[in-house]
This record gives sequence, C-alpha cells and structure tokens, in this order.
Amino acid sequence: MHRFANPARFLRLAAAIQPWTAAATVLLIGAGLYFGLIASPADYQQGQTVRIMYVHVPSAWLGMACYSTMAIASAMALIWKHPLADLIGKSAAPIGAAFTFLCLVTGSLWGKPMWGTWWAWDARLTSMLILFFLYLGYMALANAFDDPTRGAKASAVLALAGFVNVPVIKFSVDWWNTLHQPASVTKIGMPSIDPSMLLPLLLMGVGFTTFFVTVLLVRVRSEIMASKIRAIRLMQIHSTPGAVASGEVVG
Amino acid sequence: MTRLSEIIRRDLRLALRQGSDSIMVVTFFVLTVVLFPFGLGPETNLLERTSAGILWVTALLASMLSLDRLFLADYEDGSLELLALTPTALELLVIGKVVAHWLTTGLPLIVAAPVLAVLLQMNGDGFATLVLTMLLGTPTLSLIGAIGAALVLGARRGGVLLSLLVLPLYVPVLIFGVGAIDAAVQDLPSKAQLLVLGGMLLAALPLAPWAAAAALRQALE
Amino acid sequence: MTEGWPSSSFSADGLACVRGERVVFAQLDFQLASGEALLLLGPNGSGKSSLLRLLAGLLKPAAGRLSWNGAAVADDREVHAARIHYVGHHDAIKPVLTVLENLRFWARLHDPDSGDEAARMALERFGLWRLHEVPGKLLSAGQKRRLNLSRLLGAPAPVWLLDEPSVALDKASVKTLEAVIAEHRARGGMVILSTHADVDLPGAQALHLDRFAPAPAAAVEAWI
Repeated sequence: MHRFANPARFLRLAAAIQPWTAAATVLLIGAGLYFGLIASPADYQQGQTVRIMYVHVPSAWLGMACYSTMAIASAMALIWKHPLADLIGKSAAPIGAAFTFLCLVTGSLWGKPMWGTWWAWDARLTSMLILFFLYLGYMALANAFDDPTRGAKASAVLALAGFVNVPVIKFSVDWWNTLHQPASVTKIGMPSIDPSMLLPLLLMGVGFTTFFVTVLLVRVRSEIMASKIRAIRLMQIHSTPGAVASGEVVG
Repeated sequence: MTRLSEIIRRDLRLALRQGSDSIMVVTFFVLTVVLFPFGLGPETNLLERTSAGILWVTALLASMLSLDRLFLADYEDGSLELLALTPTALELLVIGKVVAHWLTTGLPLIVAAPVLAVLLQMNGDGFATLVLTMLLGTPTLSLIGAIGAALVLGARRGGVLLSLLVLPLYVPVLIFGVGAIDAAVQDLPSKAQLLVLGGMLLAALPLAPWAAAAALRQALE
Repeated sequence: MTEGWPSSSFSADGLACVRGERVVFAQLDFQLASGEALLLLGPNGSGKSSLLRLLAGLLKPAAGRLSWNGAAVADDREVHAARIHYVGHHDAIKPVLTVLENLRFWARLHDPDSGDEAARMALERFGLWRLHEVPGKLLSAGQKRRLNLSRLLGAPAPVWLLDEPSVALDKASVKTLEAVIAEHRARGGMVILSTHADVDLPGAQALHLDRFAPAPAAAVEAWI
C-alpha cells in the first residue's frame, strides 16, 4: 500500500459496520441453532442426522460465495488496481477454504449413516473437494512471493481463471457422476423441505453470511495494519540515515 | 504472423539443441505407466478396464512435468523482458511458445500412448479414440498450464506450486478424455465427449494466452 | 540506417513510480528532443532502473504520463515498443544458439523485415563478427554484453534505453559504445542512459533521481 491508495475511509466504514454484523451473527446463529436442534422435527427417513444439514448446506453456500467474492475482488483489483480489492481477495480465501472444509467434513459425517461409508464420490461433494483444492492453490500462490504485491496480483489472475473454470468443473463432475453412480444410491440433498426446517436453514445461512462479513472485516483491517507496518519499515530503510527519526513518524 | 513463426522456430531449435525435455517427458510417461501393472497386478481384465484412466492421468502428469520450464529460462536470462517489449501482442508470443512446447512434449506423448495402450491390454476399439482425445486434450493442458507457469515465475518452490495450481483445472479434460475412450471401448458413441473436449480447446485458445500474458506482465513488473 | 529519424519529442509529466509498496520517485518531469541524451544519476535505490523500465513500458506509472509528440504513450503499447530498444541488466542470450542466431532472432522479432546485412554490420561494429558462429555459452561476460548491445543496430529504433550499459565492458568497447551512441544521436535518435561510471555523453541533460524521492514522511502520512 502506498499513498496513492488511502484506506482511511474503508477503515472508518469497517469500524462502523463490524459491531452490527458481529451482533447479528450471534443472534442469527443462536436462533438457527435453537430452531435447528430443538424446535424442528427429525426427518422421517433420515432421523436426527438431517440436522447436519443446518451446518452442511450453509457451509456449501458460503464456500461458493467466498470464491465469488474473491473473483469479483480480483477483477476489481486487476481493472482498477485498487490495493484494497487485493486485500479483500487475500483475506476472503482462508475463510472460504474453512467453510468448504466444514462442508466436506459435515458431508462425510452425514454420508456415514446415509451411505454406510465416510466418503462417496457424490457429485456435489466432489465438486466441493475440487473447490477446496482451488482455495489451497490460491492461498499457496498468494504467499509464495517475497513481495506481497506480486503475490496479490498473481493470485488475482488465478482466482479469475479458477472462477471461469468452476462451472466447467461442476458440469464435468456431474456428467462423470451420472455415468458412474448406480441409480440406487440416495444423494445427499435437501429433503422435500418442511417450513419448520426451512426457517433454521435460512437463519443459519444468513448467520453464516454475517459471520463471513465480520471475519472478513477483521482480516482486511489486520492486513491494512500489516502493510502500514511494512510501509514504515521501508521508509526507515530508504530514508537517508538520520534524516528522520522513526519515532517522529510513527508518533 | 512472421513473429509467431519466428518464436516457434526459435523454441523448437532450442528444444532440439538442448534435447532433453521431450525424451524425459516420454520416459516419465512410459515408466509411470509401466508401474501400474506392478501396483495393480497383471490381471488382463483389470488392466483393460483401467487403461484409459491410467494413460490419461499419467499423460496429464507428464505434460505438467515440463511446464515450469515454459517461461522460466526466458524469465531468468532476461529474454522475457525483451519478448514483452516486442512490438506485437504478448498473447501472440504466448501462443507461439505454447505451440512449440506442445510440439516438443505433447506430441511425443500422443505417439507413445498407443504403444502403452497395448501394454495395458486396452481394447482395440479404443485406440483411435485414445489418439483423438489426446490430440484434442493435450493442447488444452498446455494452454491451461501456461497460465500456471506464468503465475509461478519468481515464486518460491515454483515447480511444486505449479502442480497445485493446474491439477484441479485439469479435471474436466481428464473426465471427458477418459469418458470418450470408455464409451468407444464399449461400442457406444463418443462424439459428445469429443465435442466437449474440442469445445474446451476452443475456449482455452483465446482465454488462456490472455490470462498467461497478463500474468507475465505482472511477473516483469 | 543511413537516413535520420524524424524530429520528435519524448516527455514525462509528473511521473510517479511505486515498487513493492514503496514510492520510489514522484513528480518527475523531463523533455527530450531528437538527437538529445538524458543521463540518469542517483544513488542505489533511487529508481534509475525503475525509470528505464517505466519508459520502456515494462512498468506502469502510478501517476503521471509519458508522451511521444504530445500523444500519450500508454494509448498504444505496440507502437511504443516499436520505437524503443531496451538494454537491461540481463543479456538475454541463449547458450545453445550462435551469436548470429541470437542477434537475428531479436532483430526479426523487433522488425520482421530486418535483414542479415544489418545483423552482420552490427556484429562487426561491436567486434563480434569473427565469433558469429560461436554458441552463446562460450562467450565471456563482456562479449555477451556487446552482443546484447548489437541489438541496437540490428533493427533500428529511435529511442535507446540503456541500463548500465558499460558494465563488463573494457575501455575500447566503452569507446565503441560512445561512438555508436554519438552516431545515433547525429541521426536524430534519443538516448536515455543510467550509469555509475564513465560513459561520455557530450551535451547530455542530467537527471538526478534522488531529487524526486518523496519526502520520507509523505510515504506514510496517509496512514497516520
């Protein structure tokens, strides 16, 4: 970051929004858990295991939404060269990877009673697995350079290339799955939804989203702090010795 | 266009005089395929059933193996800067380099594949489709790989990182490549799969050089 | 090669350069007309190489603009690439190609119509013609640098951007380089050159890059 991109406005905005999204997260997920675990019926086929859905499905949504966020931020970073967009992309990736991982773990837990095995090559789970790999590649690339701005730019191109590929991968995996999967295996998916199940699902979905926004704001703010520290260090290295004492500038 | 043929000719000449890449890639392909019967057992039925998958997965790894050299030598000796300063679209030069790379590494794989298919007991009906899928699929792999190769320039551990970046993007090519061969072996029509492979190549042809050129310009900044 | 370049002007207006996350220089202006030379001076890290890469089009300026005869250079990258030669720190020589093949490739890439005759004259000028069939890997550092410099003559371009061109050159070769630059300027070409040492450019403008470094506090003031 440099003086041609001033994040002061973003920092003020973030500080104003963050308490509200944090409070909304607590309320929404609290209510979602109450309705999901206590005030909703078990499924007549799947029994209590259907409650995994209230975590599994929103995680899948967020896993995909985070990748879209990254791709949009990357496009903005490449077109308008705004460093803030780079930081948003970089900060969103680990959150998205965590959601995708959660989706895979809960899918596996759900699969055990449904299929009798921890992992089945179900089309949706397989697509999420590849999405997880895309996240891993993005994060590895973003951290692979000594110069953080170079990592941010390279990973922005990768995020866009990946984003273009996501529908192709989804289509291929679906096609592959129908080819190999015997029809008798029940797929994980939302059972015909009863309103008593829809309410907790939506609450959790919105709650996960506000959680994402909250964590994203925290991460972007800390990235800004980190580049502020780098800027001060660089300035100390490159200023003529003795010209400016570091204390004056920082103070 | 003159410039395109100029860069293809240079890269082919370099590959010819340095000599090692094509031979190493094919050797890797052959060796790895030969490992499978040791791992799976020499049972004819099993090998026949898995041959398309083994060949495609191994070809994909082999073509990835040589990718990190695609831009690295030019990057290290300063040639890439001069290429970027050529009075023509950098995308065109990327296409030239990918074509040369495919001719020296993709094409030998396609020549070797039918021989290995014999070793793996592949049903004779699949041979023509095998070559066809590779003709349509390996250029797509090279194109997608070019994006990855451009992105990892200057990165720590570029080679390993490259595989992490491009392997997930290779999945669709793998699925339809194997799908077409499997269909042909079972006497089913494989035209749809081949069309999808062709479609992916046509989509990658303009998009991948564009993304790779963007990545190269960043690497030079 | 014998006819002169049309009278032109190359100017920078309020250029700023950011490397990594640091502002290297800002508010940099210069104006160069046909036949003139610009000498870039300044200590390490003051941005001489960055400015040359920026003028070549490898870097994008963070602010300001570059113009050629009043028209923005950024509008057409390819046209700008056709009028410059850039000699950077690396010599871009392929070890398995011969001296002549190395030069001819770059000359044809720059200008597909450039002939073998120009390549031969360029190599003769820099004293490399007797080595023209020797592969690049056998060249010494000085010979590699001369081969890189012979690109300047292999395909003509009006603007030469030279980053420390005298590195690895012996005294006689520096004299040759000075003479080649003088002839280029006499034909109406421009030269922008950074050097730590001893390249004689009569009548060149000097640009002290350390004068355009931002005040130390300015680089961080946005943060406080």
